[in-house]
Amino acid sequence: MATDSVKDVVLSPVFKNNPIALQVLGICSALAVTNSMNVSLVMGLAVIAVTAFSNLFVSLIRSHIPSSIRIIVQMTIIASLVIVVDQVLRAYAYEMSKQLSVFVGLIITNCIVMGRAEAYAMQNGPVMSFLDGVGNGLGYAVILLVVGFFRELLGSGSVFGFTVLTPVQNGGWYVPNGLMLLPPSAFFVIGLFIWVLRSFNPDQIEKTEYRIVANSKAKIKETANV
Amino acid sequence: MFEHYLSLFVKAVFVENMALAFFLGMCTFLAVSKKISSAIGLGIAVIVVLTITVPVNNLILNYLLKAGALSWTGLEGAENIDLSFLGLLSYIGVIAAIVQILEMFLDKFVPALYNALGVFLPLITVNCAIMGASLFMVQRDYSFGESVVYGAGAGAGWALAIMALAGIREKLKYSDVPASLQGLGITFITAGLMSLGFMSFSGIQL
Repeated sequence: MATDSVKDVVLSPVFKNNPIALQVLGICSALAVTNSMNVSLVMGLAVIAVTAFSNLFVSLIRSHIPSSIRIIVQMTIIASLVIVVDQVLRAYAYEMSKQLSVFVGLIITNCIVMGRAEAYAMQNGPVMSFLDGVGNGLGYAVILLVVGFFRELLGSGSVFGFTVLTPVQNGGWYVPNGLMLLPPSAFFVIGLFIWVLRSFNPDQIEKTEYRIVANSKAKIKETANV
Repeated sequence: MFEHYLSLFVKAVFVENMALAFFLGMCTFLAVSKKISSAIGLGIAVIVVLTITVPVNNLILNYLLKAGALSWTGLEGAENIDLSFLGLLSYIGVIAAIVQILEMFLDKFVPALYNALGVFLPLITVNCAIMGASLFMVQRDYSFGESVVYGAGAGAGWALAIMALAGIREKLKYSDVPASLQGLGITFITAGLMSLGFMSFSGIQL
């Protein structure tokens, strides 16, 4: 699809084809690192970097990769990039890398990275692949930030560590909702997020397997008599 | 000694449940939980793979990668070599290789199990729960014995969670869910409620 415009490639994964909300890719880490916005921002940036560069490199050597070992080749490229990201974080943001703990390493198994390398970079030129990686990484980062925003705001009354709603302990009025900092709330926030998103884009609604038939009293009576 | 392993196992299954407390393996957790039968297949595959890969990665870490781990080779200056930065690359390689070997082994010697597991085995390579368990093992510095128990426990916990979710989803498809919450949305909320339930285990002192 060389005819895709740059704008389409970068923006459509953010809104229309969001990798998390629509394709259910890579939610593993989306949930775990979103209890504060700082962490989600760093994680988002890390994923953007890895997706973009893995797409670039896979695309550069795409015609030299034998198709039988392409998964291994992609994985090696991705793993090397994640190692770089991990080392950079440890060198320049040690506290942050401690908070992210194993989740930086888990970018390797993040289906977005692998999925884009396989689905887009293997067929397209390096520049477009790079932009596609940036777009998908952005889509991922946006969701992380939205979820992180709600969880941090409601859980500790702050945004990016700056207090917005003064909590009761510090003489304010806001009673922090501790649940928002715990794991289950991440599921709820993403579930509600999908609900909102699909209410606005009805064509993304999944079909039901069973439809509940409206009650008809006459029929029930009939069967009761039999 | 036995008590220590038992508490590690129980902790890995309930308190630190891979799927519901750390959100690992979510992609497959949500995608393959529509039917109980396939959930059981995947659950067993995850237990098997985790019980093998975590200890193997433990050996790789302790005898190849850790600082000074190569000193058993007896080479000069080997005790100064620190290859731990290669960790991520080696673990994923080991996991991919073991899944591949397991697949060939089962195909040859236990065809019944191979057919039952079917497509789930290759799926497991990209399951974050497998990689996550290895990374937790590294972070917590488990010994070889502990890593066997931890691998089995983490797998059992994940299998338990996916079977429970599949059971709920099988009932859920008959209920009247708002249109835009259908499918993925309601599954997330269900998983959230389950995770809330599992949080009550965190008070357990072992």
